Amino acid sequence: MANITVYLKESLTYQIALTMVKQLREFFETFGNISYRFLEVLKYLLTFQISWKQLIEQSSRFAVDSLPITLSIVSMTAIILAMQVAPEMVKQGGKDYIGLLVSLTMVREIGVIMSGFAIISMIGSSQASELATMRVTDQIDAMKVLKVSPFKYLFLPRVLAGFIMMPFVVIISSSFGILTAGLTAMMAAKDVTWLCYITSVWQGLYIRDINIMLLKAACFGGCISLISSSCGYDAQGGAKGVGIATTKAVVWSFVAIVVVDCIFAIAFYF
Amino acid sequence: MSIKVQNLTKEFDGRKVLDNISFTVEKGEVLSIVGFSGSGKSTILKILSGLLEADSGTIDIDAGDVAMVFQYSALFDSLNVFDNISFALQERKEFKGKYTKEELKEIVRKSLNTVGLSGIEDKFPHELSGGMQKRVSLARAIVTKPQFILYDEPTAGLDPVASTVIEDYILRLRDETKATSIVVTHQMSTIKRCSDKLIMLYDGHIVFRGTPQDLLRGDNPYTKQFVSASIEGPMKIAASGF
Repeated sequence: MANITVYLKESLTYQIALTMVKQLREFFETFGNISYRFLEVLKYLLTFQISWKQLIEQSSRFAVDSLPITLSIVSMTAIILAMQVAPEMVKQGGKDYIGLLVSLTMVREIGVIMSGFAIISMIGSSQASELATMRVTDQIDAMKVLKVSPFKYLFLPRVLAGFIMMPFVVIISSSFGILTAGLTAMMAAKDVTWLCYITSVWQGLYIRDINIMLLKAACFGGCISLISSSCGYDAQGGAKGVGIATTKAVVWSFVAIVVVDCIFAIAFYF
Repeated sequence: MSIKVQNLTKEFDGRKVLDNISFTVEKGEVLSIVGFSGSGKSTILKILSGLLEADSGTIDIDAGDVAMVFQYSALFDSLNVFDNISFALQERKEFKGKYTKEELKEIVRKSLNTVGLSGIEDKFPHELSGGMQKRVSLARAIVTKPQFILYDEPTAGLDPVASTVIEDYILRLRDETKATSIVVTHQMSTIKRCSDKLIMLYDGHIVFRGTPQDLLRGDNPYTKQFVSASIEGPMKIAASGF
């Protein structure tokens, strides 16, 4: 009997099952921690215990520092879209709809999701590694001993900054993307004029789309900051722990914004 | 302003790091906690400062503020010395808005003077030496006028001269603030110079209580091994979690 137990424990199936159970437990732990911290953040927000100095600093970092990379990624995606679509649409007689296609794609999906990805790589990873370093060097413990809540001082300003600044980042990057796509379409396909492009940009675009885009952007910003801060806060060990926390923050943020995006698509466009 | 700890127990992953630990520190006294790495010394400080919860046992701390000086200073590296020292006064609910900028500057200046520093308010922690970081950390700890100060290996990583300077400040703070202090340390000079009394931990238990003089007398096999830094003796490295 003992031999069978040992054999089972050494078997590949058992090892795979064990790993899966561990990962599942870790998933629920992380999810639980993020949810708990969201409630803590909400508590401090609703009681107006906001560190304004931190909020301004974090907002500036969120919007200003991330703008170059966000603009680059969104506009490059828009250029690629225009390069591939414009000649085909002209061939099919749809040159008057190029702007419409680009604007709908940018406003409803590409502008927000690509900005989200850029923000994760630029700001989310930085927030996670910053908090993880603070954790492994006892700075968070020092903050607690000084009786200042890390949720109030570290989490709330970051989450609020993400929620407030992300819509601005998305508006700027999407507008820039639409403009660069127009220039590309003019170069990639004959007969496409600037006037024709810009006119069609507004054809199928409604204020509702823009409102949904802004709301989605705000949710993305809040989610990225919350997840990144939470993963950083849970870091353990030294440099390796910081690395693990940062990777975890990036992966969780990517998955989270795709899930949120999916929820928005079902709620508003399904 | 005394600290009374009774039957303190703490377990990590099924291993008892602290097993029914009891001790008392009277007002204005300095208690040193010594022992091998992993013997639970820092865990006691973390429980006393509220960073960890004990599994069982009671802690009676008279009303008052508890401050802690961390092993590697734990200064906020994104803040300069001024903001580090005045952090609690700027961010803590009970102090928020109580002091003007000028008053804060004066408080920080005085705190820095207490630890023998001046004119470094605009510097960031990475611009300071290890000894200076420790002193800034001390200044940050005393800014709220705590009644209890916990030191987690305050001289770790410092050269002998810098260690002596820190030890002098621990004594000076005790005399000036009348704070009750607990010092976790491995360093013999800190034990000899700073402690009024000490306890030695091994494998979750207190294996020695006494004064620094009792420790040096070496009647107890545990203290004998500790003082002689020998691997031969009742304390085994594996059991200490090293």
